[in-house]
Amino acid sequence: MAVGSDGRGLRVVGKPVRKVDGLSKCAGVTLFADDIVLPRMLFCKLHRAPVPHARIVRVDISKAARMPGVMAVLTGKDLPIPFGILPVSQDEHALCLDKVRFVGDPVAAVAAVDEDTAFDAMNAIEVEYEPLDAMMSIEEAIRKPSPRIHEYGDEGNIHKKIALEFGDVERGFHDADQVFEDTFYYEGSTHLPMEQHAAVAAVDPDGKLTVWSSTQTPHYVHRALAKVLNMPPARIRVIACPNGGGFGGKSDPFNHEIVVAKLSLLIGRPVKVTLTREEVFYCHRGRHPVLMQIKTGVTRDGAIKAMHFKSYLDGGGYGSYGVASTYYTGALQTVTYPVENYKFDGLRCFTNKPPCGPKRGHGTPQPRFALEVHLDKIAERLGIDPAALRLGHLVPPQSLTANYLRVGSMGLAKCIDAVVEGSGWKQKFRHLPSGKGIGLACSSYICGAGLPIYWNNMPHTGVQLKLDRGGGVAVFCGEIDIGQGSDTVLAQVVAEVLGIDPYDIRIVFGDTDLTPVDLGSYSSRVTLMMGNAAIQAAERARELLATAVSEKLGIPAERVGFGGGQVFDVEGPERALSFADAVVAAEARFGTIGTVGSYTPPPSAARYKGSGVGPSPAYSYSAAVVELDVDPRTGWVRVDRVHLAHDVGRCINPVLVVGQVEGSVYMGLGEALMEEQVFRANRGGVHRQPSLLEYKSPTTMEMPDVVTYIIEDPDPNGPFGAKEVGQGPLLPIAPAVVNAVYDAVGVRIDEVPVTPEKILKALDSPAKRFGPKGVPEVRWPDPIRVPTPWEGGTGRAAADRRPAEARR
Amino acid sequence: MPQNVKRRRGRGRDSAAASHSSRSKVHLRLRVNGEEQEVACAPHSTLLEVLREDLRLTGTKHGCELGECGTCTVLLDGRPQLSCLLLTLECEGRPIVTVEGLAEGPRPHPLQIAFAELGAAQCGYCTPGILCAARSLLDARPSPTRQEIREALSGNLCRCTGYLKIFEAVELAARRMKDPAAQPSEETLHGRRL
Amino acid sequence: MMRLPRFRYHAPATLGEAAAILQGEGSQAMVVAGGTDLYPNMKRRHQTPKTLIGLRKIDALRGVKGSPARGLWIGPATILTDLEESALVREHYPGLYEAIHSISTPILRNMGTIGGNICLDTRCNYYNQNYEWRRAINFCMKCDGDTCWVAPGSDVCLAVSSSDTAPILCAFGARIQLVSKKGTRTIEAKDLYRRDGIDYLTKRSDEILAGITLPPAARWRSSYRKLRRREAFDFPVLGVAACVRFDGEIVAEARLWLGAVSMAPVEAAEAQAALVGRRLTEETIEEAARLAYPLAKPVDNTDFGLRWRKEMTRHFVREALLEVGPPGSPSGRGN
Ligand SMILES: Cc1cc2nc3c(=O)[nH]c(=O)nc-3n(C[C@H](O)[C@H](O)[C@H](O)COP(=O)(O)OP(=O)(O)OC[C@H]3O[C@@H](n4cnc5c(N)ncnc54)[C@H](O)[C@@H]3O)c2cc1C
Ligand code: SF4
Ligand code: FES
Ligand code: FES
Repeated sequence: MAVGSDGRGLRVVGKPVRKVDGLSKCAGVTLFADDIVLPRMLFCKLHRAPVPHARIVRVDISKAARMPGVMAVLTGKDLPIPFGILPVSQDEHALCLDKVRFVGDPVAAVAAVDEDTAFDAMNAIEVEYEPLDAMMSIEEAIRKPSPRIHEYGDEGNIHKKIALEFGDVERGFHDADQVFEDTFYYEGSTHLPMEQHAAVAAVDPDGKLTVWSSTQTPHYVHRALAKVLNMPPARIRVIACPNGGGFGGKSDPFNHEIVVAKLSLLIGRPVKVTLTREEVFYCHRGRHPVLMQIKTGVTRDGAIKAMHFKSYLDGGGYGSYGVASTYYTGALQTVTYPVENYKFDGLRCFTNKPPCGPKRGHGTPQPRFALEVHLDKIAERLGIDPAALRLGHLVPPQSLTANYLRVGSMGLAKCIDAVVEGSGWKQKFRHLPSGKGIGLACSSYICGAGLPIYWNNMPHTGVQLKLDRGGGVAVFCGEIDIGQGSDTVLAQVVAEVLGIDPYDIRIVFGDTDLTPVDLGSYSSRVTLMMGNAAIQAAERARELLATAVSEKLGIPAERVGFGGGQVFDVEGPERALSFADAVVAAEARFGTIGTVGSYTPPPSAARYKGSGVGPSPAYSYSAAVVELDVDPRTGWVRVDRVHLAHDVGRCINPVLVVGQVEGSVYMGLGEALMEEQVFRANRGGVHRQPSLLEYKSPTTMEMPDVVTYIIEDPDPNGPFGAKEVGQGPLLPIAPAVVNAVYDAVGVRIDEVPVTPEKILKALDSPAKRFGPKGVPEVRWPDPIRVPTPWEGGTGRAAADRRPAEARR
Repeated sequence: MPQNVKRRRGRGRDSAAASHSSRSKVHLRLRVNGEEQEVACAPHSTLLEVLREDLRLTGTKHGCELGECGTCTVLLDGRPQLSCLLLTLECEGRPIVTVEGLAEGPRPHPLQIAFAELGAAQCGYCTPGILCAARSLLDARPSPTRQEIREALSGNLCRCTGYLKIFEAVELAARRMKDPAAQPSEETLHGRRL
Repeated sequence: MMRLPRFRYHAPATLGEAAAILQGEGSQAMVVAGGTDLYPNMKRRHQTPKTLIGLRKIDALRGVKGSPARGLWIGPATILTDLEESALVREHYPGLYEAIHSISTPILRNMGTIGGNICLDTRCNYYNQNYEWRRAINFCMKCDGDTCWVAPGSDVCLAVSSSDTAPILCAFGARIQLVSKKGTRTIEAKDLYRRDGIDYLTKRSDEILAGITLPPAARWRSSYRKLRRREAFDFPVLGVAACVRFDGEIVAEARLWLGAVSMAPVEAAEAQAALVGRRLTEETIEEAARLAYPLAKPVDNTDFGLRWRKEMTRHFVREALLEVGPPGSPSGRGN
C-alpha cells in the first residue's frame, strides 16, 4: 500500500505545479536530439526501397562511395544481426539484408561531411530488385500464403493467431435473451510527432560509444545496439533526449539509431541522422488497421452473458510490438462491464507496408470503438438509455474479470455521472433537432504492463536519490519526458515525501550510464511505476534524515515531520531544522546520503498462455460525451464540445492531467474524423500522403471545446493512489463521435475515420449504415480454455489442470 | 520497377545527384534578436538552416521544412514567417526574432511564463514557433478574442496539447500584460468540478 | 532536413533588370516572389532552376492603387496579408478578400504574394511528393516521367489548378499585365490559364507578371466558397467564385467560376446565362447549381473522393450564390 492514498495533507501532490522543465522549453533551451552538434560531426542519409516487396539482387554503392565528401557507405551485410522490440519478433535488420518489405525500407546508408553531400550520395546508390507479389490488405494477406513476407510466423502471411476462451460462450449465448452481432473497421493512423526522429552517435578514443536519440525507450535501444553491434553493453551509453512528441512512435529501437552507431564506430567521428517527415511515416509503428466482429448475448436489462470478439490486424512489414498489439485487441473488453463468458480470436497479418505498433492506447482504441458503438446499438434495441445501460453493469472494484485481470479502484460510475450531468445528457439525448447529435462512450486503460517486454525478474523501474549538503536533491531515473510531464511528476513525488520545493530537485533522466533502468515511456507505466519507486527511494532517505534529526532534537523518530523545506517535531513544529541542515546531520551520522527505490508490479492472477498482455497494477477509466452537428446535405461533421471525465486515481498535477485529457481528445478526434495512414495498392504500394499537408491532423480551427472532469478514485497500487491519464482518454472519443452522428442523422458509421463521404453514402443506403460487410474466412485454432473465476478457475488454462497422465 | 530515370518535358531537372551550381559562400549581416551577426552561408541556405546550424540558435525547430507545420516560425519584420521557406539571402538587414529573443534579459516574456504555467508546452517542440506567432498577435491585438487566437495560431500544428491550453495561455499572458496579478481560472488548472 | 538544391540568386531592383536577366538566362531561370510554392517544389526537386530572380526588391511590383469607381491595380508581389488588410479589397471586392483569407495559413500569407498565387503550380497527389517517393512510382508525366498515374491513358497531365484567387479573378474579369524583354502585353485573367497540368499558364517563361487590374466594383457583388478538409493549411479541393451585377432586383450579369476541379479554372457558362434577367431566388440559384456542377470533373488526385467532390460542387455553387444574395441584403457582399 502506497503512502498518502487518503490524499489528506498533501502539499505538492495534487497541486498545479508548473512543469519543472516548462520555462526551458518555452525559452527554446531544451536540447532535442537534432539540436545536438558535435565537432567533426558527419551526416547520414538512408537509401530506401522504392518497391513494396522484393528480393535484393545487387546493391551498387560504388558511385556513392567515390563522391567527394562521402566517408562511408553501409549495406545490410555490414549489420547482419537481426533485432526487434519483442524477443519473439527479432525480424528487423538495420539495413535490409536480402529482402525489402515495404516502400521506404532502408537498404543502404551513407555518411558524408554535410547533408547536401549525403543526400546526393544516397541518391547515387543503385539497387537491383527482383519484385515479389505484395500483400496490401488484411484480406490479401490471408488469401495469399505466398510469397511469405517473413519466414516465421503462424502460417503463410499470418504472423500470429490467437484463440482464447474464458468460460463457455456458447452456453452464454444460449442463456442470453438476445444476441447481437456487428462488424467494424478502424483505419490505421500514425503518431505524427512534430519532432522528426533524430539520432547522433559518437565514439570516444577509449572505445565508448554514446548514442543520443529521440527515443521513448533508451533501455531497449541500449539492448538492441549491444546485440546488433555485437558490443558489450557496458561500452554503450544511450541518452534519450526529451522527445518532441512520441505517442508510441519512438518506442521501438530503430534502424537509423543502429546505423549511425555503426557509422560512427567505422569512421571514428560523430554521425547524425535526422529523418525527413516522409521517413517518419516509414518508421510508423502506429495504429494497426483492425477489422473486427463482435457478437454479444445480453439479458433484457443489458447484462452481458457472453461475448465473442474477433480481430484482424494489418501488421505491416515487421513484427514490432505486433504480437502484444494483437493480444491487446482482445484483453480489455472485460474491465468495464462484466462479461460472464468471453471468447477472443485475433490474428495479425504481415503486409507490405510500414510496420504498425503501439500508438496511444496500443491495440485498445480499435476494440473499444467496436464495443462502445455495439453497446449503443444494443441499448437502443433494448430501449435502455446508453448511460443507464452502462451504469447498470459496471465491473465492481477489487474484482477479477473473466480473463483474470485484477481491477482495483474503479471510478467509471463517477465518470459517467459527471459527463451525463455536465453535458445535460438527459435533456439532449434523442431530443435534439435533426442534424445535432450527442453520443456517449466509456473506456479503460492499463497503468503499465504487468510484465516486462523481455522475460526477467528485475524491477521495471528504479529511482536513485542523491542528497546534497546544500539541500538540493538529485533524482536519477531512466524515465524520459516525451511531453507528458514525467520529470515533473518525479519531482513532485520526491518533493512531497521529503517536504521540499520541487524546484530544488534536479532530474537526471534517460541515460543508460547515469540512471537506473526504467523500461520507458510507454503503456502508461511511468507515473505509477516510477512514482512508486520514487516514493520508496524518498522514504528511505527520509528515514535516514528522521533518525539524524530525532537524535539532534531529542525526540523519537516517529515524531519527525517533513514539509515546507523543514524537518520538524510534529508535536512542536517550531523545533525544526532546515532540510539542508537535516541533510548535514544525516550525512554526519551516516556518511554520504544516497538511496534507491524500485518497483515491480504485483504478480498477475492470470496464468494461461497469452496472459502476459492485459494485467496491470491498476486500470484508469474514462467517459466521454460528444456534442456535434452533421450537415445532412454534405455529411460534414462539426464537433462542438467534448465532455470527458477521467478517473486518474489520484491527481498528482491537475494542470498536467487536464493537458493529457485535452491532448488525448484531440488525437482521438483526429482518428475519428480525418487521420488515415493509407497506401496505393495499385501503384506499387506507396504511401498515399506522407506529408504534414496531406496527412490531415486537426488544426486550431477544428479543435472543439473540451470540458474535463477529474475523477479521483485512488488505487492502492498507485503512488498516492495515482493511475494513468496519458492514453485512456483517447479511447472513448471515436465511439462517442459515431454514436453522436447516429443521434444527429440516424446513420451508423461502423468505421473510422468518419468522413463526410461515408455519412452521405450511409444516408443514401437502405441500411442507413456504412461499414465493413463481413470478415474473412479463417480457420481459428482450438481456443485455450480458461475457466472463469466464478466457475472456480485458478487463472490457468483448463488443460493445465488435468492430471499429468492426461496431458501426455 | 526499373531504376533508370527518363527525362521528359519541361522543367529541366537532372537526377538529384547532379546539381552542381555555385558552391561559394556569401557573406551576410543578419539582425537576430537585436544583435548584428555576420555569417557566411551557401546562397541556397534557408534561414532555418543558418539559425540552427551556423548561429546555433537551435530553439527554432522544424517539422517538415516544406511550409506545412509552422514549427519553424520566427518573426521577420515583426511578422511571423516560416524560416524553412525563407532564403537567408533575402533576410539581410531585416529584424529577425527567434524564441531565444523573446525574453527581456533574464525575464521571460509573459507568454513564456503563461505557457509554462498552464502546460501549454507539453513536449515543447511546437512551442517556439507558436510563441513567435502569439507574440506577433499580442503586439497587434493586446486583448485578442478566442477566435482571433485560433486564427492567428492556425498555421501552427501541435500534436500534444489539443491547443486549448495554448489558447488559455495566450489569454492569460494578454491579461497579465495589463494586470500583472491576473490569474488563470480554476477550471483551467483543475478541470471542471461538478 | 529537406534542403534546397543549389542555384545562383539575383535580386534586381527594377522590372527591366529582372526581365533582362530572365531573358539572358533562358529557361534555366525562374522568378521567385514569396517562395511558398516554389521552395517546397525545389526541395522536392520538381523545379531546379539554375538561376533564381527574386522580386522582393522591385518596389514597382507592390501595392494596391485605384478606387472602386475606377478599378484597382494590384502589384503582383504584394504580400497576401497586406491585401487582406486593404480596406479597398475587403469592402469592394469581398469575393477576392475571402479567397485570399482562405489561402493556407496566416503565417504563409505573411510570405506569399498574389502573383505567386496566380502562377501557382498545378497540384496532384502523385506530383507533390519528395523525389524519393516519386522515384518509387517511376515518376509521372508532369515531372521526370512518362505516365500519368491518375489516368494512365491520358496524354495530358490532369494536375489541378489549386489557386484560390484564380477563379475569383477570372470571375471579376481581372486583367493581367505581362512584361518581358520583348515588351508588354495585357490579357484577361481567364486567358492566362490553359487546361494542361504541365503547361498550365499561357505566360511565356521569359515573361514576368507585372500587374493585376480589377474592373470597377460598382454594382458587383461577389463571394468565394472553398471546400477543404481543414480550415487552415489546406488547398482547395473545390473553389466557387461568384460575381453578380444587379439591375435593381434583376441579375444583369453573372459570372460563376469553379476552381480546383480541373487543370484550369472553369467557367460555368450555362449557369451564368440561367441567372441573367432573373431574380436571385431559391429556384434560380438551385437551377444554376444544377447546371454548374456537371462541369466539375474531379479526378482522384487530391484529398477526398471524387464523387463526393463533384456532388459538393452543386452545394457550394448554391452557397456561393446565396452568399452573394440579392442587392440590399446585409451581408456586405460589395456594392
Ligand atoms: C502548406 C501550404 C499551404 C498552401 N495553401 C494554399 C491554399 O490554400 N491556396 C492557395 O491558393 N495556395 C496555397 N499555398 C500556395 C502558396 O503559398 C500561395 O499560392 C502563395 O500565394 C504563392 O505565392 P508566392 O509568392 O509564395 O509564390 P512563389 O513560390 O514565389 O511563386 C510561385 C510560382 O509563381 C511564379 N511567380 C511568382 N511571382 C511571379 C511573377 N510576378 N511573375 C511571373 N511568375 C511569378 C514563380 O516563378 C513560381 O513558379 C500553400 C502553400 C503551402 C506551403
Ligand atoms: S495528373 Fe498525372 S501527369 Fe499530372 S501530376 Fe498527376 S500523375 Fe502526374
Ligand atoms: S518546418 Fe514545417 S513549416 Fe517550416
Ligand atoms: S507541445 Fe508537443 S507538439 Fe505542441
